[in-house]
Amino acid sequence: MLLINCPYCEEERPELEFRGAGEAHIARPTNLADISDDDFEKFFFIKDNDKGVVFERWRHIHGCGRFFNAARHSVSDKFIMTYKAGVAKPKLTKAQIDAVKPPAKGTPANEPVWTIEEGKK
Amino acid sequence: MTITTPNTGTNRVARKGRLSPSKTVTFTFDGKQLNAMHGDTLASALIANGIHLAGRSFKYHRPRGILGSGAEEPNALMDIARDKIRTQPNVRATTQEVFDGLIAKTQNYYPSITFDVGGINNVLAPFFSAGFYYKTFMWPKQAWKKLYEPVIREAAGLGHAPKEADPDRYANRFAHCDVMIVGGGAAGLMAAKTAAKAGKKVIICDENPEFGGWLLAEGEASIDGIPAAEWAAKTVADLVAMANVKLLSRTTAFGYYAQNMVTLAERITDHLALPDADAPRERLWQVRAKNVILATGAIERHLVFADNDRPGIMLSSAARMYLNHYGVAVGQNVGVYTACDSAWHAALELQEAGVKVVAIIDMRSNPDEQLIARAKALGIPVRTGSAVTKTSGKLRVKSMTVEPIGDHLTEKFEIDALIMSGGWTPSVHLFSQSRGKLKFDEPNGRFIPDIHVEQCVSIGSCNGTNEIDAALAEAISASNAVTGKKAGKAPKTMGFASMEGHLIGSAKGAGPDDHVMAFIDYQNDVCAKDVRLAVREGMHSIEHVKRYTTTGMATDQGKMSNMHGLAIAAEALGKEIPAVGLTTFRSPYTPVTFGTIVNHAKGDLFDVTRRTPMHGWAEDQGAVFEDVGNWKRAWYFPKAGEDMHAAVSRECKTTREVAGIFDASTLGKIEVVGPDAVKFMELMYTNPWEKLKVGMCRYGIMCREDGFVYDDGVVGRLAEDRFHVTTTTGGAPRVLIMMEDYLQTEFPDWKVSLTSTSEQWAVIGVQGPKAREIISSLVEDIDLSADAMPHMAIREGKICGVPTRLMRVSFTGELGFEINVPADYGQSVWEAIWDIGSPMGMVPYGTEAMHVMRAEKGFIIVGQDTDGTVTPYDAAVGWAVGKKKTDFVGIRGLKRPDLIAEGRRQLVGLRTKNSKVVLEEGAQIVVDPNQPIPMKMIGFVTSSYWSETLGHSIAMALVENGFNLKGETLYVPMPNETIAVEVCDPIFYDKEGARLNV
Repeated sequence: MLLINCPYCEEERPELEFRGAGEAHIARPTNLADISDDDFEKFFFIKDNDKGVVFERWRHIHGCGRFFNAARHSVSDKFIMTYKAGVAKPKLTKAQIDAVKPPAKGTPANEPVWTIEEGKK
Repeated sequence: MTITTPNTGTNRVARKGRLSPSKTVTFTFDGKQLNAMHGDTLASALIANGIHLAGRSFKYHRPRGILGSGAEEPNALMDIARDKIRTQPNVRATTQEVFDGLIAKTQNYYPSITFDVGGINNVLAPFFSAGFYYKTFMWPKQAWKKLYEPVIREAAGLGHAPKEADPDRYANRFAHCDVMIVGGGAAGLMAAKTAAKAGKKVIICDENPEFGGWLLAEGEASIDGIPAAEWAAKTVADLVAMANVKLLSRTTAFGYYAQNMVTLAERITDHLALPDADAPRERLWQVRAKNVILATGAIERHLVFADNDRPGIMLSSAARMYLNHYGVAVGQNVGVYTACDSAWHAALELQEAGVKVVAIIDMRSNPDEQLIARAKALGIPVRTGSAVTKTSGKLRVKSMTVEPIGDHLTEKFEIDALIMSGGWTPSVHLFSQSRGKLKFDEPNGRFIPDIHVEQCVSIGSCNGTNEIDAALAEAISASNAVTGKKAGKAPKTMGFASMEGHLIGSAKGAGPDDHVMAFIDYQNDVCAKDVRLAVREGMHSIEHVKRYTTTGMATDQGKMSNMHGLAIAAEALGKEIPAVGLTTFRSPYTPVTFGTIVNHAKGDLFDVTRRTPMHGWAEDQGAVFEDVGNWKRAWYFPKAGEDMHAAVSRECKTTREVAGIFDASTLGKIEVVGPDAVKFMELMYTNPWEKLKVGMCRYGIMCREDGFVYDDGVVGRLAEDRFHVTTTTGGAPRVLIMMEDYLQTEFPDWKVSLTSTSEQWAVIGVQGPKAREIISSLVEDIDLSADAMPHMAIREGKICGVPTRLMRVSFTGELGFEINVPADYGQSVWEAIWDIGSPMGMVPYGTEAMHVMRAEKGFIIVGQDTDGTVTPYDAAVGWAVGKKKTDFVGIRGLKRPDLIAEGRRQLVGLRTKNSKVVLEEGAQIVVDPNQPIPMKMIGFVTSSYWSETLGHSIAMALVENGFNLKGETLYVPMPNETIAVEVCDPIFYDKEGARLNV
């Protein structure tokens, strides 16, 4: 169970109090009614779902009720930061990302037998 | 008269062990009464009584004995009962403490443990190769279901699940600490002492009843000048006296999760003869620790050689534990087979205690000379550079045959026990569960912790540090790292046994022949030859080898077998061990009862039950309830002699002719308030709201951004800036979540507040021609006349002196009111209405009658007549989409090519040609019932009822291009008949709405 820092409550609370709400920083177009099918597809259906650093939305549903954003590593599950909704997507430093990376593959011990080719994307 | 203490076994060794002969208990083993000492495990008590035969193996039904002395035990799994109800299969005899009245039964045989017909599997063993089931039961295909599977299922499995519901209670606790220490051996205790003295909040747990770990198995060793076990007890006493330390014995840390969450299973009553009736059986701890110190120790490995599974063959560490802690000799003529110094110490101690050690066979050509000298001084024959290549004895080992490695001169020794050691495997399970990376320690043939991911440190033998002084020093520095202090000094130690030497993989005589039964995984009956076969047959990944052979997949999760399996696979593959890799460690470390996991969440506490304020009244009236989400809703109100059909027909008929009263309190209710409230409503619903007059209601449809119907409900405008929004019963939470999402993240500047009021308002529906007459005398400040309060009006005033939001709305098609009153007054207002309405003929009606009446009017239920792929247009409520609106949630989705395409499934009514036939909801619809199977299905029935009012059945359905098929005949093929239906308008009753506007 993760501990999540709610940027509104300003404290770490257990994951049970939160609910994930999908990818962050997808703005609803102000002219939504007029956009093309392709643009609507990109806006509504296509999600990055990266292996690595992800920006995602959470809601402190059993707490303050606020939606907020987080930068997290999807392999190590570690949070880099959480920040209030509406704050611009933060530029992460290499040090911040390195700090949450899973350990490098020194030995295949406990590695799954399937591996995703590095640099495929 | 002399008082004799009960005989607790002939294998008790005088002046050995720490149990008191004066405290004895009696238990039953396979129907036989035996005595044990207080503090015995079932295993130690059995061995004391000369019993090694502890069960039959899983696959070959081979007789098996007790192998270990703790959680690693793969063989001695028993059915343990306290009484008729409280039984548990597959309990390790090595961890079950004996108590007065314990009933133990061996498992996996028929008819008796000494004669088991399943033993035929052992004779047939050459046929039960790895992948046997995959290969054998492939054909004929039909035989699988009828023949193979039932027979295999009957024969498969270990033990029998208890038949009765678990009567015990399980507790749950959350805890936080500075340091969580897992393992109460030398290293764990030392770390706890150091951290606790520095004032840190410490939790330390150990799976055994007593702290001390392998210190308890030491005979001569001392720490700080006192025997090692005494040092452990003294350290525990010191810790107990400290307020900042929590000690949990009989507590297994079974899972290590993200951000230092460690889960513990504490066994509270399983060792007690007469547990406190109020005590929970087990307690689940969810510990969040700032730091975790893993002192989980190491587990001794067996050796892989031919017939290494006969009862009486066991680990050398177990022999030491039984001798030094329990005072029990594992045999009278003990053979020793080893690749590790540990077994030498066991041999020396056994011989010194008066047990005859027949011979020490060491695979190594040059074991420690001092050990050899000591053995020889005690007169123990020693064979170095030799191997045990054969054993005999059916129900107990009788002999071992020894050969020098690289030679064929055989020598045979008569024995009644054989202790072995293949070296020690560090218990890295928890470290690995926390996603820490391991590295292979080539010289010592083991995986040890490398890179940690969580805030944790491994100390002692789980870190590969076997030497006691180094382990204690490691413990102190680990705690100092946490406290930031430089405190503590490692105590002086003396006389500890060396743990040097190892073998992983198969020993001489374990193959490469294909018929040798040299077991690597005792519990799943996997031999060295099976792993070799798996590799030959193309399983080149250890994960595949594991699944093909099932090695390491039993309840012990391969605590002893994994390293052997890996080494043999690596050898067969011609690869280095690290290049083959370990399989992944998963929680739980040892099996955890379902009770502990489920905990309080069973029976009434499984989930919340929501009841309306009028629930009690409906109960008193004999209502039958149905579950709607978490709600209990009155389904129908049967009178004496009525079945559901009769009750519902009566309720519908009476409501339409006189009046009915209905509990609509479960409707979701959201108060939308603020200067931008109307703008917000315009966004969230497809309908236009600007022009809705204060005091009026409108039926609203809510879509998702993709254009599909999400929810619906009646919305009343109480003021320019205040809306009383209702949602479906099940939809309330998700509607509020979606509203909050848009408000907080897309339009945070809008001045709107959203409040859930679902449970604040009780809602009493009064429907039917006499509805107005019934409530009029109770209502104050509101003119109920048709002119003053037309259909879809909402008014605020009082009823029975209580504030009300009175809505003139109808889900039945009759004149009707929905009376919102504060929840606490729900039942009294309801009763006041009932007192007036009942003499006039009003009936209470339930959700079933509500469903029928709304279907007669063609009103949809979101989630029943829509399924997440239905647009407002498809559902025939396209009129609710504001055509002039420039934005609302779903506006763009609704224009997607597929959503505006021809031939979508559309909601229509269906009339069966035989009006008495009621269709089945979910039934599929076809155009031509005579077409070949598989038929093309063009839609399905969403709602279907008998309408007593109309005298015929009615149905709604989603049908391709349905709007254009009205009047056409379609077919509903059912197993026994094909039902002809005619497509019609979904409004079956009072199409012009005359009954509403009265």
